[in-house]
Amino acid sequence: MAKVTTPKPKELSNIEHSPPLMKGWMNTPAEIRPGIYCYASKPKNLEVLGMPYPKEWNPEDDDWKLPENWKEIIEKGFKDRLDRFRSFKLFMDICVRCGACADKCHFFIGSGDPKNMPVLRAELIRSVYRKKFTKGGKIFGKFAGARELTEDVLKEWWYYLYQCTECRRCSVFCPYGIDTAEVTIIGRELTNLLGLNIDWIAAPAANCFRTGNHLGIQPHAYKDMLDFFVDEIEDVTGVRVDYSLNRKGAEILFVTPSGDVFADPGTYTAMGYLMLFHYLQSQGLDITWSTYASEGGNFGYFTSHETAKRLNAKMYAEAKRLGVKYIIGGECGHMWRVLNQYMDTFNGPADFLEEPVSPITGTKFENAKSTKMIHLVEFTADLIKHNKLKLDPSRNDHLKVTLHDSCNTARGMGFLEEPRYVINSVCNNFYEMPPNTIREQTFCCGSGAGLNAGEDMELRMRGGLPRANAVRHVNEKYGVNMLACICAIDRAALPTLMDYWVPEVQVTGVHEMVANALVLEGEKERTTDLRGNPLAGMEEEEDV
Amino acid sequence: MNFILSIIVSSLAVVILVLIPWIGVGALDLKVIFGVLVPYAAMATFFVGIVVRVIDWGRSPVPFRIPTTAGQQWSFPWIKSSPIDNPKGTLGVVVRMIFEVLLFRSLFRNTRLEYRRASDGTPSVNYEWEKWLWLAALVFHYSFFVIFLRHFRFFMEPVPGFVKLLESLDGFMQMGVLPLNGFGLPGVYLTDMLLMLAVTYLFLRRLYVSQTRYISLPADYFPLFLILGLGFTGILMRYFIRVDITAVKQLAVGLFKFNPTVPDGIGVIFYIHLFLISALIAYFPFSKLMHFAGIFLSPTRNLSNNSRFKRHINPWNYPVKVHTYEEYEDDFREAMVEAGIPVEKES
Repeated sequence: MAKVTTPKPKELSNIEHSPPLMKGWMNTPAEIRPGIYCYASKPKNLEVLGMPYPKEWNPEDDDWKLPENWKEIIEKGFKDRLDRFRSFKLFMDICVRCGACADKCHFFIGSGDPKNMPVLRAELIRSVYRKKFTKGGKIFGKFAGARELTEDVLKEWWYYLYQCTECRRCSVFCPYGIDTAEVTIIGRELTNLLGLNIDWIAAPAANCFRTGNHLGIQPHAYKDMLDFFVDEIEDVTGVRVDYSLNRKGAEILFVTPSGDVFADPGTYTAMGYLMLFHYLQSQGLDITWSTYASEGGNFGYFTSHETAKRLNAKMYAEAKRLGVKYIIGGECGHMWRVLNQYMDTFNGPADFLEEPVSPITGTKFENAKSTKMIHLVEFTADLIKHNKLKLDPSRNDHLKVTLHDSCNTARGMGFLEEPRYVINSVCNNFYEMPPNTIREQTFCCGSGAGLNAGEDMELRMRGGLPRANAVRHVNEKYGVNMLACICAIDRAALPTLMDYWVPEVQVTGVHEMVANALVLEGEKERTTDLRGNPLAGMEEEEDV
Repeated sequence: MNFILSIIVSSLAVVILVLIPWIGVGALDLKVIFGVLVPYAAMATFFVGIVVRVIDWGRSPVPFRIPTTAGQQWSFPWIKSSPIDNPKGTLGVVVRMIFEVLLFRSLFRNTRLEYRRASDGTPSVNYEWEKWLWLAALVFHYSFFVIFLRHFRFFMEPVPGFVKLLESLDGFMQMGVLPLNGFGLPGVYLTDMLLMLAVTYLFLRRLYVSQTRYISLPADYFPLFLILGLGFTGILMRYFIRVDITAVKQLAVGLFKFNPTVPDGIGVIFYIHLFLISALIAYFPFSKLMHFAGIFLSPTRNLSNNSRFKRHINPWNYPVKVHTYEEYEDDFREAMVEAGIPVEKES
C-alpha cells in the first residue's frame, strides 16, 4: 500500500460544504481514498472470533473476494435485523430528510463529503431497503429513492460505515430521534457477514477475546506494567503503593480500558487509579484488578451486537469467579455506553453480586443497583463530597483545564456533572468550551468506534476539527493548556489531534489530576506532577 | 437523480392527480366514483395501512435500551438531574414525548453551521441561530390541524361548538385588525395563509439549502406539492370559485354517516379538492408521512435511561461462545505462576 501523507492543517481546512448541484448522489460511486479508510481485517483476526469469510483483501482492489451468494447473505441478514431491531426498521421508514442532522456531524463538518451527512449515510442503506422490502421502492425504483444492491453500493456502505464514530450527535437533533449510530452498528454487522471488517477493530477484538484486552497484553506483562507504575509513583511521591491482581475474596473488582496501562497519557490516569486505591486502603477499600477482565472497552461493539456480548461477558464472569460484591469501571467512553445500555441485558442478571455501596462513605449507588457496576468518577465524586480525600488543588495550578465530554458517556448515559464536580475539586482553573460543543452536544474526538488507526489519519484530523476548534477557542481565550477527558480512546486520539490543530494543549484523564492533588500519607514534598512536569512555583527547583 | 428531475417528477404526479378528477367528473360525470368510492377507499387505505404499519413496527422487539440521553443522568441527590432530557422513569418519558410531539423539542435545538477559513488557512467552526425550520414545521402542522378541525363544519350537523369557536379565533382578521382589514374578502382564515406560507417555505428551503437540495427525493417534494394543491383548491373554492356549500355539506355529512348521497350542482373544483385529500391520505401509510406514528415508537426517545437499575430484557437474547477463564488460564498459566499472579490450578 502506498505511503499516505496527511495534508497540512492549512490545506485540510479548505472544505466545501455545498454538495454538487446537478449530479445526484445515487449516480456518484464512492471513491475509496487512502488516508480516509482503514486497512482491511486480516483473516487470522476474524478466525480467532470465528467470524465468516476471513480472507486477505484490499479495499482499493476491484475484487473484494466476496462469496458467490453475497447478495443473499446481505438480504437475509438485513431481514433478520429488521425483525430483531425495532430501531432499525423504524429508522428505515420515518426519516423525512429535513436535514437537521446534516451539518451536525463532525465528519461532514471536517470533510464536506455529502455522504457524511448522517441522513445520507443512512440513505445509503435505506435506498437498498426500499428496493428489497417496500412496495413503492420495488415499483417506482429510483423515483422512490430505491436502488439495487450492487458491489459498488456495498463498497460505498463499507467506506461510509467506517467513517462514522457512532457518536449519536445527530440523534440529539433529529425530530424523530433517528440515531445514525444504530444504523451504523447494524450496517457494520452486515459488512461483517461478508468478512469485511477493518483490522483496527478486528485485531483488538480478537486480542480481547484471547488475552482479555484489546492490546494483547498477556497477564505477566500486565503485571509488569502496573509494577512500573508503582515505581514511577514512588519517584514522584516517595510512597510505594500497593495493588493486587486476580485476588479472590476482594470486595470490589476494578475494570478499566487496557489503553490506560499501555500508552501515555493514559498511563498517568492508571497511576491515578493506583494512588487513589492505595490512599483508600486504610479507610477500608478492598479492590482487585484482573488480567482476565483486563479490558473495559469493547471493540466487539464496533463489529456486532453478538461480538460485543462475547467480549463483555468476561466482566461478570470474573466478578463471579473472584467472589467480589460489585464492580467499579474506569474512565472510558464506549465502555460505559455498553455498561449502561447493554451489559445487564447481554449478560445479566448479576444476581451473584450485591448492590454497590461505597465502603468509605456508605453511599448506596441506587442508580446501579441492577448492573452492580459503578463509574470510578461517580465513586470519587462521592468521596470528595463526603470530604474523604485530602486534596491540594494548587498542585494542578500549572494546568488550565477544559473538559471534553466523551460522546458515549454524554449521549449514552448522561454522565455530565460528575466529572465536572471532580475536576473542580482537584484543580483551580477550569474553563468550559462553548455550549454547542459540550455536554449532550459534545463533538467527537473523530477517532471513536474503532477508527483511531494510523492509516486513516486524514479522516481523524477532519473528524476532530470541530472539537479542536472549540479547544482552540478556550486556548486563545483563557490560555487552556490541558484537555481533560474520561475516555481511553480520547486519551489515545486527542493528543494527535491537538498536535495537529492546537499544539499548545495536552490531554489528561480526570484521575491523573485527582492523583496530582491527592495528599498521600507519608509522601515527600512534590515538585512535579505525575508526568515529571514542575508544579506551579516549583519551576526553579526543577532546574537545580 | 438531481433536484430538477425530482421536482419535475413529483409535480407531474400532482398535475396528474388534479387531471384525474377534472376529467373524471368534468368530462365523464363520474360523480359517484369521485364523490363516494374514492374517498371511502382512501379512508380505508389510510386506517388499515396505518394499523398494519404500526403493528409491523411493533412486531420487531426493542432488544436494548438505547435512549439518547440529552441531559444529566439521575445519580446522587446532590447532583441535579435532567428528568425530561434524561428520564429515569415513565413520567419523564411521557413529558419528553409530549414536548417532542407537540413542540418538536429536538428540532428546536437546531443550529446552522457557519464555516469560515481565515486567510492563513485557520478554520473556524461556528453555529448560528436557526429556528426557521422548527417554526415553519410547527406552523405547518398546527395550521393543518386547525384547518382539519374547521372542516367538521361540513361533516356535522349541527356544527359543533368547538368548530365555531375555532372559526372565530382563526378568522379574527376578517373583522379587520390594523393594518390588515381582511383584504376585503369574506372570512379570511389565518391558518389558510399560514399553511400556504409554511409549505412554500419548506419547499423553498429544500431548494435553497444546498444540503437538503442534495438529499431530497421526489418523495419529499411530492407531499409538499400535494398539500399546496390541496390548499390552493381549498382557497379557490372559498374565495374565488364558489361552490354550492349546502350541496357539499350534504355530500360530506352523507359520507360521514355512511349514508352517501351525491347531490347535483357541486363544481368540479370540489372534486379535485376531495381527490387530492384522498390521494394524500391513501399515500400516507406508504410514505415518510408515517413519521407521525413512528415518533411514538422511537426507542431513542420513548425509553427511560434506567438500564443500570432495572434490567431490560432482550427477547431474542441467545447464548454466545465466550473465552472462559479456564481457557485463558490454560493459555497463560506458566507465565502467571512465574509472575506471582494467583491461579486456579498450579499446573
